[in-house]
Amino acid sequence: MAAVIETQVALTVADFKGKVDPDWCPGCGDFGVLAALKAALADLNIAPHEAVTISGIGCSSNLPGFINTYGMHTLHGRALAVATGVKLANHDLHVIVTGGDGDGFGIGGNHFLHTMRRNVDLLYVAMDNQIYGLTTGQCSPTSRLGMKTKSTPFGSVEGPINPIVLALAAGATFIARGFSGEPKHLTELMKQGIRHKGFSFIDVFSPCVTYNLDNTYPWFKQRVRKLESDSSYDPTNWDAAMEKAQMWGDEIPIGKFFERTDIPALDEAEPVLDVGGPLAHRRVGIPAELARQFVEELM
Amino acid sequence: MKYTFAVGIGGAAGQGVATPGNIFAKIFARRGLHLFAYNAYQSIIRGGHTFLTIRTGPEEVTNHGDRIDLLIPLNQDCMDRHLDLLGPGAAVIYNSDSIQPNNPPDGVRLCPLSARQLSASSRNKVEQNTLAVAASLSMMGVGFQTLEEILSQQFKKKGDAVVEENISGARSAYQYATEHFEPFPTALPRTENGYAVVTGNMALAMGGAAAGVKFYCAYPMSPSTGVLHWMAAHARKAGIMVRQVEDEIGVINMAIGAAHTGVRTMCATSGGGFALMTEGLGMSAMIETPVVVINVQRAGPSTGVPTKTEQGDLWQMLGAGLGDYPRIIAAPLDIPDCFKLTTEMHNLADRFQCPGIILSDLLLSEGHASVDPKDLDFNVPIDRGELITSPNGNGEPYKRYLITESGISPRAIPGLPGYVHTVATDEHMEDGVLISDEFTDPVKRRAMMEKRQRKVAGIEAAVPPPWLTGPADADVTLIGWGSTKGVIEEAAEILTAEGITTNQLQIRWLVPLNGDTITGILKESRRTIIVENNYSGQFARYLRSETSFVPDGHIRKYDGEPFMPHHIVEAVKDQLAGRTTLSVPAHEIRV
Ligand SMILES: Cc1ncc(C[n+]2csc(CCOP(=O)(O)OP(=O)(O)O)c2C)c(N)n1
Ligand code: SF4
Repeated sequence: MAAVIETQVALTVADFKGKVDPDWCPGCGDFGVLAALKAALADLNIAPHEAVTISGIGCSSNLPGFINTYGMHTLHGRALAVATGVKLANHDLHVIVTGGDGDGFGIGGNHFLHTMRRNVDLLYVAMDNQIYGLTTGQCSPTSRLGMKTKSTPFGSVEGPINPIVLALAAGATFIARGFSGEPKHLTELMKQGIRHKGFSFIDVFSPCVTYNLDNTYPWFKQRVRKLESDSSYDPTNWDAAMEKAQMWGDEIPIGKFFERTDIPALDEAEPVLDVGGPLAHRRVGIPAELARQFVEELM
Repeated sequence: MKYTFAVGIGGAAGQGVATPGNIFAKIFARRGLHLFAYNAYQSIIRGGHTFLTIRTGPEEVTNHGDRIDLLIPLNQDCMDRHLDLLGPGAAVIYNSDSIQPNNPPDGVRLCPLSARQLSASSRNKVEQNTLAVAASLSMMGVGFQTLEEILSQQFKKKGDAVVEENISGARSAYQYATEHFEPFPTALPRTENGYAVVTGNMALAMGGAAAGVKFYCAYPMSPSTGVLHWMAAHARKAGIMVRQVEDEIGVINMAIGAAHTGVRTMCATSGGGFALMTEGLGMSAMIETPVVVINVQRAGPSTGVPTKTEQGDLWQMLGAGLGDYPRIIAAPLDIPDCFKLTTEMHNLADRFQCPGIILSDLLLSEGHASVDPKDLDFNVPIDRGELITSPNGNGEPYKRYLITESGISPRAIPGLPGYVHTVATDEHMEDGVLISDEFTDPVKRRAMMEKRQRKVAGIEAAVPPPWLTGPADADVTLIGWGSTKGVIEEAAEILTAEGITTNQLQIRWLVPLNGDTITGILKESRRTIIVENNYSGQFARYLRSETSFVPDGHIRKYDGEPFMPHHIVEAVKDQLAGRTTLSVPAHEIRV
């Protein structure tokens, strides 16, 4: 056999530059998330055609249009359901889901819950700005109690959900929190999340500089503390993670809260995928002998 | 009129109406007879009143008919509800230990069996259902051996003792009937044919499997759940991924994700679940990813009557989703057509990269029919349309939404080198980049809208027009769509035999409609009557909106039960006599 000389050119961030540049407001937190994602993919040497970036609708959900991978810009709240279909149809693909807190925890809350429980092997990056950006500044499921927004001009009387606590309770197997003001740390988390076989969730503080004047860059900068700086923290300990997840106020932990690797991902647990490779590459149709059996059963 | 024989078995849910039903179905099919079975039931697991009609004959049986020849009431309630509706020549077999008949109508024979006495003589306690089946077979002139085989099979798992017990119990009932009850005048015929007994839901599922579906997902909803059950039971052998999703919104979105990645995908639901899918359906059209959705209609609105049939979702299908987009909608005409249409729909959806909707209903989906195995041939033509499955060799930039004459743009699946692109539910340019936000552009928007809509012409050309059946020059033309084909056909035969020549135009493809062909046919008709299973005449209104055609009369039914032939026959006569132009037949059987 003739020797094949493979020149493996390392990928760079430039390889992931999308067809158009982001149209986010200058200073929007989402720029940091996009940059971190490109860096993570380049570092892991995942070629653009091997990844699919999938989003719902929102400012943050515009991300798939700004990155050079296969992409799907789907419906508001539905990205995780679509992504599950993509992953199961071709489990060789790296699937990344991005979107806002309204998209993921509001309208898409049901899919969030069930995608975690199923341990679908994908990375879900929630770009959490505690507000509805694209619809010009209404209250979101992560807006704090008392927050004044266009839909709550006198202050919200509803408490927020805590996505990390929710993910821990729902059985997610990789749970982290990042901050778009900490791009290197975020890139590292994304790389771990992509490598994790199973559902990886990263809730990212991605400030909306236009509509959320409470949770700003400086607000987060003062408060975030990296879990990685505490050498005694053990991310395999679910109880410890639950405790840390409830910390909020002057100190807010970011980093990897929890990871477990003892539960098979859905594509590993599904016997139909045991042999034969990805569904998308399989022969269409039913073998004649099997078809005969199916009809015979009914005679 | 051709020979048919109908058995009615009724009782409370949980009393085991299904088992004797299945035994009769097997016996009929194995004798080479056709059959059609309809089970009138309620959304209750135990109790209520369930009534199964199973009708057989040597020629095709397309509906459950007008007449019960043999009634097997399993409780007093069933006896009370049905005895009065029997006609001369009919017989009733019942357990006289617990059920007492009122005065039967003239010519109806009462055939009491005492389960207690029969069990005593055979020293076994056997279910009254089995005894009744055995006695019936004796009266129908069917040898006992057939039942013996079926009982051995049925009770095999429970061990030899149970098999023996049931067979000897059944034999004593068979002998008792031979000695005490006069047989029916015509013994059950036999032919050389062999049929499978299939529900519409099984046929839809098998059609999907034959078409190469590799991903099926659903959320349970009557009366569509049978598709999920067949898929789940056969998934591993057939290599089909089956998922039960959290809701129907998740279903359609997951299905589209899988379809977009290159596998043939299908999902089934009923009207309420379909309502949740409508936004997803628009996504399928906008990102141009084909998906096949089955809606098994039940009586609406809202939760409606979950176990009853209706053709009430047509306008929901026509109007599902915002904006204009190409879609294909068709209603199978009978149970074998559930299989055939599903295979065709997958090819069309793939070719035109848009949603394909199959509009079944409870009558077909949960009804049982004998199907010639030839009509379940899995070796069907597969046309995946312009699907790109190998890498881009020439390095040319790829435009997912390339503007073409046909409106169809070659579709590359994720994972292929050289075709990286992003699809979007926002309006986009040929390369997929949005034109909805910063760069809205009326010229490009119009071009994309027209590109997608150009597919409609292609779909129209690909879909065969409907045709008229029966005498060309008839007094009456009956127009129906989907599942009413069989019952209208029989009503037309009865009318024609009675001197009112009647022909039939049955619509299978709803979108596109082939309106010109339809009006061309109906122009020649002397009197046109549209028959449909809904309140407002949904098809009549649709036909009028598409073609301006207004029929002479309507026959509608929206009580949850399917038409019986005499409902249509009597309504046509009423309309010919000038008594009405809108008939709403009453359903005499209270189930
Ligand atoms: C079914 C549906 N409902 C509502 C909308 C309008 N909508 C678009 S984005 C959005 C919320 C955006 O907030 P979020 O998801 O947090 O993302 P952000 O814009 O803040 O990044 C809403 C309500 C929609 N597109 N679809
Ligand atoms: S509105 Fe907020 S979230 Fe949207 S782009 Fe502007 S800053 Fe970002």
